[in-house]
Amino acid sequence: MFAPEFEYHRANTVAEAIDLLSSNPGAKVMAGGHSLIPLLKLRLARPGVVVDIGGVAEMKGITIADGNIRIGALTTHWEIESSSQVAEANSLLAEAAGGIGDTQVRNRGTIGGNLSHADPASDWGTVLTALNATLEIRGPGGATRTASPTDFIVGPLTTTLGETEILTAVNVPVLAANQRAEYAKMAHPASGYAVVGAAVVVNVDGHTCTGASLAVGGAVPAPVRLTSVENALTGKELTFENIEAATAQADNDLGGEILGDFFASAEYRRAMAAVETKHALFHATEVAHH
Amino acid sequence: MTTRIFGSGIRRREDPRLITGQATYTDDVNLPGMVYAAILRSPHAHARIRSINTDAAKSAPGVLAVYTGADTEGVLNAIPCAWVVPDSDVKAVPYPAIATDTVRYTGDAVAAVVAESRYQAEDALELINVDYEILPANVHAESAMNEGTPQLHEDAPNNQAFHWVAAGGDTDSAFASAEVVVTDTIIQQRLIPNAMEPRSAVASYLSSMGELTIWNTTQNPHIARFVTSLVTGVPEHKIRVIAPEVGGGFGAKIPVYPWEMITAFCSMKLGRPVKWTETRSENYQSSIHGRDHVQTVEIAGTREGKITGIRSVVHAGMGAYLSTAGPGIPTILHGLMYSGPYDIPNIKADVYGVFTNTTPVDAYRGAGRPEATFLVERMVDLLANELNLDPVEIRRRNLIPKFEDGFDISLGLTYDSGDYQGALDKVLEHVNYEDLRRQQAQSRGQVTGNGHHDHGHDHGHDHGHDHGHGHDDQPSATKELIGIGVTTYCEICGIGPSQVAGAVGFGGGLWESAIIRFYATGKVNVFVGTSPHGQGEETTFAQIVSDELGVPVDDVEVIHGDTDNTPMGWGTYGSRTTVISGAAVALSSRKIKDKAIGLAAHLLEAAEEDIEYEDGKFFVRGSPDRSQSIQDIALMANVAWNMPAGMEPGLEASSFYDTPNFTFPFGAHVAVVTVDVDNGHIVLQRYAAVDDCGNQINPMIVEGQVHGGVVQGAGQALWEGAVYDEDGQLLTGSMLDYALPKAHLLPDIETLSTVTPSPHNPLGVKGIGETGTIASTITIYNAVIDALKPFGITRLEMPLTPEKVWQAIQQSGKP
Ligand SMILES: Cc1cc2nc3c(=O)[nH]c(=O)nc-3n(C[C@H](O)[C@H](O)[C@H](O)COP(=O)(O)OP(=O)(O)OC[C@H]3O[C@@H](n4cnc5c(N)ncnc54)[C@H](O)[C@@H]3O)c2cc1C
Repeated sequence: MFAPEFEYHRANTVAEAIDLLSSNPGAKVMAGGHSLIPLLKLRLARPGVVVDIGGVAEMKGITIADGNIRIGALTTHWEIESSSQVAEANSLLAEAAGGIGDTQVRNRGTIGGNLSHADPASDWGTVLTALNATLEIRGPGGATRTASPTDFIVGPLTTTLGETEILTAVNVPVLAANQRAEYAKMAHPASGYAVVGAAVVVNVDGHTCTGASLAVGGAVPAPVRLTSVENALTGKELTFENIEAATAQADNDLGGEILGDFFASAEYRRAMAAVETKHALFHATEVAHH
Repeated sequence: MTTRIFGSGIRRREDPRLITGQATYTDDVNLPGMVYAAILRSPHAHARIRSINTDAAKSAPGVLAVYTGADTEGVLNAIPCAWVVPDSDVKAVPYPAIATDTVRYTGDAVAAVVAESRYQAEDALELINVDYEILPANVHAESAMNEGTPQLHEDAPNNQAFHWVAAGGDTDSAFASAEVVVTDTIIQQRLIPNAMEPRSAVASYLSSMGELTIWNTTQNPHIARFVTSLVTGVPEHKIRVIAPEVGGGFGAKIPVYPWEMITAFCSMKLGRPVKWTETRSENYQSSIHGRDHVQTVEIAGTREGKITGIRSVVHAGMGAYLSTAGPGIPTILHGLMYSGPYDIPNIKADVYGVFTNTTPVDAYRGAGRPEATFLVERMVDLLANELNLDPVEIRRRNLIPKFEDGFDISLGLTYDSGDYQGALDKVLEHVNYEDLRRQQAQSRGQVTGNGHHDHGHDHGHDHGHDHGHGHDDQPSATKELIGIGVTTYCEICGIGPSQVAGAVGFGGGLWESAIIRFYATGKVNVFVGTSPHGQGEETTFAQIVSDELGVPVDDVEVIHGDTDNTPMGWGTYGSRTTVISGAAVALSSRKIKDKAIGLAAHLLEAAEEDIEYEDGKFFVRGSPDRSQSIQDIALMANVAWNMPAGMEPGLEASSFYDTPNFTFPFGAHVAVVTVDVDNGHIVLQRYAAVDDCGNQINPMIVEGQVHGGVVQGAGQALWEGAVYDEDGQLLTGSMLDYALPKAHLLPDIETLSTVTPSPHNPLGVKGIGETGTIASTITIYNAVIDALKPFGITRLEMPLTPEKVWQAIQQSGKP
């Protein structure tokens, strides 16, 4: 639990950070440090240079305008959880943020670090997939590009981020009046990370589903959209039976690889992908009050 | 009217320093010229060491020395096992501080580096090159004795560490003639103790004096000194062990480990103070683990539900070596508990200790007794199930009736006092048992019937689907079953008479001593040989003295933890500190009072027989204005200007207390759980505990001990479990995978008590440190199995993860 020696640099701007990455091959940026530092301490990561971006002001904060919520990559989970504007504009963001790890983790961990680390058990990838978020990425020379969460996260601890690129912000649409959203998570009792997480955004007209955006994570190497379930649900009345029948199809969308370990096998996680989606839909659509 | 200080829930005086960061733990000790040790640990569970090359490490920056087993062999003696249970063929196999030719678990020490800084020491570890010949590993207690299983020690054929049998009555005929017999296999999974403070030692050897001082995070500094002397060869009177603030032990800080012996060795070699503090990962690998039993159990009874016999064959994993108290835990502290609070005429415990390529196993909160209570209470529930009896009813039919002074059980022990029915009645009334059963019937109707599909449920977004409380009036769209667990227990505490210690092979005595010293200012120090580390005796011992002698409680300070300024004692474990050490404090208080009466009589020019004592004042009978306060007496005794003939100066007393018998706390616990049938997720909704620890010195501390204990026991039932793979790699190597109980996963714990004083203890106390852990694992487990009754499920393995519950439901073939 003692990190090997590394050189420490502190960047004040995104451009400065990218310069440092460009001139030090193999360098790693550090945001909240909640995933990077454990890796260093276990000596599983041995970057020669660590670029601390914790002080880069332009990557912090939340702005809501024109139906869009822009969250700087260095914004902490706690800042998202505790913002009343976020809660009003998109309750799912606040709810998901509040369910991450524990208070200490939420105080340090950042949304950008979480996405860039791409732990399959993380929550943001799943939630932002269901919310159709857009990620902003900056590269050398001020080059910018955008990516959807599923384009960005490709597998366990693997993203399409280049060695000299930095994730700068996340853009999330404000939820419309007819949208219902929910995140159901089976948390690992040790870490709080998702064993299986299901995020749902449902468009409703009365009691009928007019469209749905559903995503599952934790069970799979990278978050997936549940298009079969979305299709099965769209146009249907949101009853217990219809939700149960639709979510039973989740299996079709999970892909070939399901994660498993001694706590929760692949077989179980596969089944839970449907169950958690069902639970999220029940809650989001308040089936109870019909 | 004054309220008595004995029995009042005053605040713990320990807490301010602990919660403001002013406490000094071993790792906070920094000495001039101090250097740092780090230990290289085997990455393999079983391997022969072909060669070790330390050249690169030795020349790394800051490195002062690198030592291997070749350096310590013959200098450090083997780590002794101090509980060699008699008539059990205990194989006290060699346990070297640093492995010489073979490593036997991942974590076994292979080398030690000493460097100017901790980072330099850690970096140098990576430069040591060990050539291992990997051997097949044996990781399961259950199969360790099977033919063909890899052997750990030449001296222990079939990996058998010992074989112990305890019996009372005649189990063979009881089972042969039984009307009903129920069997089960119970696995007490291996647990990792997880004290908040990991292990740490600072050793400083003064060659000019031949003196060794070790700051050591231990529960028993005097035992540590004794064993350190045996291992290092430094004479006992030249060793000083200081246990400064100790951040929790739970049994894991009873043993003397190789690590502090290595630290001492390094200091003796280098002539500089050396600090060693383990990392959390090291702690998981190489501080002792707890439990690890595979129990095959049978219970015999009549059709009316009278228990006629219980017997077990237990395979208890000892790990790779015998830790200090290892063999005593699954034997003496386990098998002798099989009668529980019941009158069971025929009992047999047949226990094999086995070696496996895993971390050594020793005492962990409850130590043998949770494993026994689990076994008994599980079998009682299974018998009830078989006979279609309510779990409460079967217990009522078997509980020992109320007794105040002695009840002999078939295993030969004499319980001190008990009112088991009383505790059961109290907890059932508190939880409204009948109503709980009604709610349960309703939940079963909902899940098995069709009325479940019309209510949203309060789906917590946070961890573990915490539905919160009070959701029961709001039917849920998910299918939840309610389960109720009821347990009655009786346990053995106040680990006990020295004569018994000798008879059962414990390598020491079990008495305690206490010195009370009054100063001229009337202030008091109490010196004890036990070593509290969270249990609160700095507060409760002051309460005892204050109560006995009428000094304000804040005028009494309790000193412990340093072998140089405390009298001999055997340490803090087995819920014995208040029972044994507290009794010694009471006896010394009474000696002080006797002396004070003599001096008061002299000063008041009265006969001793005419002196009365009340509330800190000594006065002449009939003339209360002719009096001396305890403070007046303390002053006069200390200046000694006017002592009666033959009376020594000073106001100080020393007592040695050896208990005539163990104490036997008891109680009844109820757990209420919900189980989500969709995903197998369990929520502990309620936990109510009635515990009887005899007289309570400080009810708030009693409550705190029960809280912590219940939570720790819940951990075993629901979350905790050390997992090794077949190669002996610890898969639960950190808190990322090893799930400790979290506050948000637990309900408020409802604590109640009854008071049945121990007839033989000077204070009437029994011990409360472990009751929660002893009862709660099985209470919660039984509640979960009870919830799953509609599926016909009668057993699951712990921890009760959602998948295990879900799989069992899937396999039950029921909807
Ligand atoms: C005990 C514990 C429990 C946790 N529980 C949960 C949970 O329940 N759910 C959950 O989702 N997460 C959980 N986490 C993860 C936590 O939320 C952090 O979000 C996560 O560790 C990474 O965020 P960070 O800011 O600390 O990133 P860092 O540790 O600083 O960085 C992580 C990685 O991302 C890279 N990186 C960071 N920021 C950027 C950027 N802007 N651009 C490019 N690369 C970047 C770093 O180089 C590094 O490789 C938990 C963590 C811990 C320690």
